[in-house]
Amino acid sequence: MTIDLLPPIGSGRQAVPRKLTSVRERSDRVFHGAAGAIGMVVLAVTAGIGLYLGYQAIPTLRHYGLSFFTQTQWLPELDRIGIAAVLVGTAEVALVAMVVSFPLALGLALFVSDYAPKWTKSWLVSAVDLMAAVPSIVYGLWGFFLLQPHAILVARWLSQYLGWIPIFQVGTDPNAAVWQQSRYTSSVFIAGLAVAMMTIPLATAVMRAVFDQAPIGEREAAMALGGTRFGVARTVVLPFGKGGIIGGTMLALGRALGETAAVLIIISPEYIIKPRILEAGTQTVSALIAGNFGNATKSQLTALLAAGFVLFVITLAVNSAAAVIIRRSRSGLATEA
Amino acid sequence: MAVEEAVMEPGSVGRHAQGQRIPVPRASSVGPGPAPGAARLEAVDVSAWFGDTQVLDDVSLSVPPASVTALIGPSGCGKSTFLRILNRMHESVLGAKLAGEVLLDGDDIYAPGHRLTDVRRQIGMVFQKPNPFPAMSIADNVAAGLALTSTKVSKADRAELVESNLIRAGLWDEVKDRLSRPGAALSGGQQQRLCIARALAVQPKVLLMDEPCSALDPTSTRRIEDTIAELRSQVTIVIVTHNMQQAARVSEQAAFFLAEQGTPGAIVESGPTDDIFNNPRDPRTADYVHGRFG
Repeated sequence: MTIDLLPPIGSGRQAVPRKLTSVRERSDRVFHGAAGAIGMVVLAVTAGIGLYLGYQAIPTLRHYGLSFFTQTQWLPELDRIGIAAVLVGTAEVALVAMVVSFPLALGLALFVSDYAPKWTKSWLVSAVDLMAAVPSIVYGLWGFFLLQPHAILVARWLSQYLGWIPIFQVGTDPNAAVWQQSRYTSSVFIAGLAVAMMTIPLATAVMRAVFDQAPIGEREAAMALGGTRFGVARTVVLPFGKGGIIGGTMLALGRALGETAAVLIIISPEYIIKPRILEAGTQTVSALIAGNFGNATKSQLTALLAAGFVLFVITLAVNSAAAVIIRRSRSGLATEA
Repeated sequence: MAVEEAVMEPGSVGRHAQGQRIPVPRASSVGPGPAPGAARLEAVDVSAWFGDTQVLDDVSLSVPPASVTALIGPSGCGKSTFLRILNRMHESVLGAKLAGEVLLDGDDIYAPGHRLTDVRRQIGMVFQKPNPFPAMSIADNVAAGLALTSTKVSKADRAELVESNLIRAGLWDEVKDRLSRPGAALSGGQQQRLCIARALAVQPKVLLMDEPCSALDPTSTRRIEDTIAELRSQVTIVIVTHNMQQAARVSEQAAFFLAEQGTPGAIVESGPTDDIFNNPRDPRTADYVHGRFG
């Protein structure tokens, strides 16, 4: 009788991982091919748009060089074209929208996931989704005709009491007996409010989805310790949902940066870098393109496409960052089990 | 809250012989009277439903202060539901309803005017799966009850609270040098003892344990049982377990739950653990504790 001895540890035989292969089922192969092809088409279209815009932007960028990014005026007749002012205007509108929508979206998401009676939940979710389904042009009309007459009162109040902060200044006397209402209309502030209505449902949906995934075990642990609802939200839901909060906000930011129709209706175009968000007049990249596209000459068209290219790159970066943050959020950090 | 309108109707007393209240004699091993912190817990005619399905029928059980009571019975017989009724966790489930009373030192915890947070603070709970808060350190986990109830304490008091409760849960020696490490980095058994320390830190009068060892290895299980033995003089403990030996080892009295085909769960028999295991009155109890079914 022989006894096979195992080779001593570290005997010099180098283990190499073997290749794992198997024959795939026919149905799997077909689906794999079809799904892969569709996925590739989506990627190809996105890349194609970027490439086309980039290609179209070349003549403009070559002609104006760096001044395309530093010039504030948009005067094709005088050959003076730049996106400095519109980029600032775009950022301002998006920022106002974020400042207004972030607390509302966070509160709404937390309310739906943790506070609202459970039977109302599906209704609330539908209502928020319905908000997202309203066309942006409707929000624009709402902002212009319904919101603006009231919002200018808020704007005046802000400039009365906070006017010493430069961004709340308005180039008129807010305390005048007959105040100049037109100085407060068509501003970054009002456009931002309308855009906020469009970003709220998006941010809320992402945040709520993440909040709902907060582990039930940790929620119950917090409840069993005598935690208040706010306590449960603070110790379990919000730490868990951090990624969703950041990601949802950035997705909303991406949306706000590109919003066109509502902004186009509300603002009156003005091409100067202006920190005063309550004062009439501003311009955003998307509104610039939409507003000038119709009667542009060929060279003006490539300038607009160049502006579009810049916006495309910015929103792509913001959305990609948001996607990365949402994907990374917490998955491995939950209590084991 | 979804089920604020919990059904409060008298249970149908006397329909099932086994549903009738069986007084549990005070355990003799408790010593000279209960600790000041421990409370008597009494369930009176408790029934429970999920939607239209009744899962508990007319359950009454009296748990003396500073004692360990084991709830045993096959899966799906309503033990965990009953346990969750004892600290008002049951009603956090959509569609959950109940009838009857739960008296904490004679005071019905379901009576109007009670705050859920107060009730749950007085009747703590340890769950089947260890569930420390993963974003918090070990010390923060122990003191989590303070944050959850917005209670402010001084730094020294907090450190004292953390230490004393980790000692009570038998975890202090293992973690005293790494209190600021995340609680989720501990082993399963240590996590469960951390959860016990966290539950004890809010000074409950009763501690409910829902199969606290079912996810743990034998050594960790033993440690938890030692902890229970040390805690029994300080707090009233009700433990759900599927492990007969564990029930025999840790408890003074036991209640055998059973849900016979198509009927809601009810207590077949309750009394001193010794009697339940060695001298049961009901043949079904004998069959179950001797492993003949379930």
